[in-house]
Parts: sequence; C-alpha cells; structure tokens
Amino acid sequence: MTAATTDVVDPGQDTRKAGRYVYITAVVLLCAWVLVPLYFLLINTLSSPEAVNSYPKSFIPEFDLGSLTFFAGFEGILTALKNSILVAALTMVMSILIGAPAGYALSRFEFRGKELFRLLILLTRAFPLPLLALPLAVMFIRTGIDDTVFGLALVHTTLAIPFAVLITFSLFSGIPIELEEAAWTLGCNRVTAFQKVILPLVLPGITASAIFAFVISWNEVFAAAVLTIENRTLTAFLLQNLDTSPLHLKFAGGFILVVPALIFIFAVRKYLFAMWGIANR
Amino acid sequence: MNPRLLPYILILPVTLFLCLFFLYPFVLVAQQAFSNGSGFTLTNFRDVTEHWKFPISLKNTFLLALAVVPIQLALSLLMATMVTKMKKGRDLILYIWTIPLGISDLAAGIIWLAIFEQSGFLNSMMGGLGLIDSPTNFLSYQSPVMVFVAIMLAEIWRATAIMLVILVAGIGLIPKEYYEAGEVFGATPWQRFLKITLPMLRPSLQTALVLRVILAFEVFAVVQALGGTLFPVLMGETYAYQFELLNGGAAAAIALIILAISITFTLIIMRALRVPKGATI
Repeated sequence: MTAATTDVVDPGQDTRKAGRYVYITAVVLLCAWVLVPLYFLLINTLSSPEAVNSYPKSFIPEFDLGSLTFFAGFEGILTALKNSILVAALTMVMSILIGAPAGYALSRFEFRGKELFRLLILLTRAFPLPLLALPLAVMFIRTGIDDTVFGLALVHTTLAIPFAVLITFSLFSGIPIELEEAAWTLGCNRVTAFQKVILPLVLPGITASAIFAFVISWNEVFAAAVLTIENRTLTAFLLQNLDTSPLHLKFAGGFILVVPALIFIFAVRKYLFAMWGIANR
Repeated sequence: MNPRLLPYILILPVTLFLCLFFLYPFVLVAQQAFSNGSGFTLTNFRDVTEHWKFPISLKNTFLLALAVVPIQLALSLLMATMVTKMKKGRDLILYIWTIPLGISDLAAGIIWLAIFEQSGFLNSMMGGLGLIDSPTNFLSYQSPVMVFVAIMLAEIWRATAIMLVILVAGIGLIPKEYYEAGEVFGATPWQRFLKITLPMLRPSLQTALVLRVILAFEVFAVVQALGGTLFPVLMGETYAYQFELLNGGAAAAIALIILAISITFTLIIMRALRVPKGATI
C-alpha cells in the first residue's frame, strides 16, 4: 500500500511511531474490509460451476470461464442485460437534459420561488423513492407504458434528477459569470456564449454526473422488479430468480453488476466529493 | 425573450417532471392505501398490521437499522478523519473506500452470500484452520443470529461509503485555522475532534444520517439475497403483497407506513442536529 509510507517519522518518539503503526494497520485493514469480499466474488466468477458448488473453496481463482459462459447462455439473461443498459442510458440522457438547465438557472439567476424550488429538490432526498414504483405501476398501465424500458427509465430519472441538478449547479457555480459576460461583449448572445464558453468547461463534470445517473439506474432493484415483468432488467431478473437459480449464476450475475460500477466510480471519483459537499448546503 | 422569464423556463422541465413522478405518485399511493374501490377505508391497514408477519418485519427492520447505523456513523467518522490526515496515497485509499458506493444492494447481498453460504469462504476458511469438521449452513432458519449478522455485515460493508463521502466533503469545508488555533492552545487531537470537527460537521452529519436512515428502512435486496424469507423486512413485505399476493392496496398501505417512519426519523434527525441560525462556516 503506497499510503503506508507517509511522512518522515521522528526516530526519537516511540509513542508517535507506535501510533503511526496503528494508523497504517487500520488503513490497511479497512482497505481489506472493502476489497476482500470483492475478491471472493471474483474467485467464484472465475471458477467452473463445479468448483463454485464444491467445498472447501480454493482461495485462488482457477480462471475457468465456465460460470460466465453458463451466465451468458442462461435464458433471458442477455435480454435482461440489454434492458439494463437501455434503461440506464435513457435515465442518463433524460436526467441531464432535464436537470442541467435547472442547475444553470440556480447558479446564475436570483428569482422568486428559488428557495421553494431548492426545497422540492432536497425533499426528494428525504423519501424512500423506490416506493413510488407502486402507484406508478398503476399509472403506467393506464397510459400503456407499463413493463417498458421507457417507463422504468422515468422512475430512475426521478431518482437521478436531484443529483443531476445539484451537481450541475455546483459545476456552473464554479465558472465565473464574467467569462460569460466577456463573451456577450464580444458579440455572442446567451446561447452562443453558453455553447462556446461554458459548455466546453463544464463538459467533463456533466459527463461525470451522467455516469452517476447511469450507475443509479443500473443498480436499482426494487422499482425495476416492480415495474418490469417481461422486459426485466438484470437486477430484476437476478432478484426474481434468487430462489431457483444455481449459485454460479448468482455469483456471475453479481460480478456483471459490480464491474461497470467499479469503472464508473473510478471515472467520477474526482467529482464525488464536490457533489456531496454542495449537497450539504 | 423576456430575461426575467428565463430562469422559470429553465427550471420548468424539472418542476413538471417532479410533480408528475414524485408529488403526484404520493397522492396516488395514499389513494390506493385508503380505498377499496368504492370509498374511504382502513381495511388495507388493518389487513396489513394484523398479519402475523407485520410485527416481525417491523421489528427486524428497526433492529437492523439500530444495529447498522451507529456502527456506520462511527466507522465513517473514523475513516473520514483518517483520510484528512493522509498525505500520500489519499486518492487511492479514498477510491478503495468509496468502491461500495457504486455497488448495487443486490450485488452486495450476493457478495456476502459467497462468504456465508454453506460451501462458502467462511466455512472454507474455518475448515482450513481445522476449527470445524464439516461445513455448517449459516443461512438457515436454525441460525437466525447468523442470518442477522450476515445481513448486518453486508449492509455495513455496502452503505458506509455514502456517509464517508458526505463527511469527507464536510470536513474539507472546515477552515484549517480552527485546528491551528486549537493546536496553539494545546488541544489534543481527540479534543480537536470533539470541539472542532464534530460541531462544525453538523450539517454534513445531518445529511449523512438522514440519507442513511432512509436507506436503512428501505433495506430490501440485501435481505432477499442473504435471508430470503428467513428475515422478513417491511420492504420485502411490500414486494410480496404486490407480487405474490397481488394485493395492491395492502402494498400501498405498507408503503405509506414505511414513508411515515422515514419522515418521522428525518424530522427527528433534522431537529436533533439542527444548525443554529446564522452559524455557518
């Protein structure tokens, strides 16, 4: 662990040195606490179905693709995977398209009702949103979008939108309004100034919040399970087959759920803290 | 275009969206819970609360929240203070510690299933150390304590990261001058933590606790993956009413009960940790 070799230790102070060791041990242990369970999942995924169901387990993966092949060949899985990706992609697009303008408005304008609007956004965080899937299931049947990718994406967008608004708000707030004003004096109007000056600056941040919206949707279980029957997403499929599916299918499925999340959190790690910092206010 | 209207045009999409998919469903779910097709009724609530599983799932949900949240609070505070002291490797350690943030609760349940199932890694480890002769089935009705412990560990593993991120962002906002002043006056690290970090962190603690407690009452997929029907929780009952018993009214009634509990706790936490007026950083 690179963190283990932090600052220079003063050789005279034994207690400080001991404290340093306790500190380093704690950091390493906490890293292990997060990583070891993930490693176990990896072992199970990269083992043959026979090995997954046998005892005792080896603590080194045998690099057998049997479980993953079984997963890919299992009826309905690939469609579920496709649905998951579609729902998440739709959620990503909708939450940014709908959320970003509001983030911009919050950062640039003082207007009546601004506090009320902020309250509405923050209010969404004080409710267990997946429960809304229940009444929406009825509403969707009436409007004919029940059991569709689009219907589920609408619910997931509700989950992702508060984040999209707050993140884009903090992004736009980080760009001085003088930049925009300078563009106006140089012959840009609001729209072109936004396109040419602001957009390039916020694009990485917007991408990060889009990715975050993707992960929110990709991981969501309850609403997905309530709202889809034929067009199940991967989480809904795995949940509904928990009782019947063999262990190697569960583990391979869990692994497929985890991988994109790992990559995405890595991609947005810079923005995670900015996002939650502003969310406190 | 009238520039005074611009902010309203920009926030219009979010407002409409949230009214349609956040506020309106609340009306719908209440309607569903309080009606039986012909008029106002409390039958749904009576059906739900008189069912033998209701007290158990209520107790389980509370017990789990009570066991998990304080540990997570302590753990995330510890991790956040450790991270702020870090000089090298801070980014890497933070990434590792925030990995679970991107992991679905279903995946988290499956990950801990790999450890606790009968041919899993805990049994393999204990067998390898010669502690047991044959693998025991931890996740059965004969060992309710182990089922609870497994679910508890999975929850702590999965959802500490969200509190950590909020607290790290919050600690970053505390001016360094306060700590320097504390040091000048001879405050020990522990005193600085108690007298500076904790009080200044109040808004972040509030956000973190509200989010976490609401998530705790929503606990669902982790329980399904590890305990199944062995450990009934409120959200699982909602799901069962909706799908297995096809009783939408009863599902809505439980949903309202979960909502009421969540709102009560949100208010309690907001009140207990309220930030005095004018006291900002």
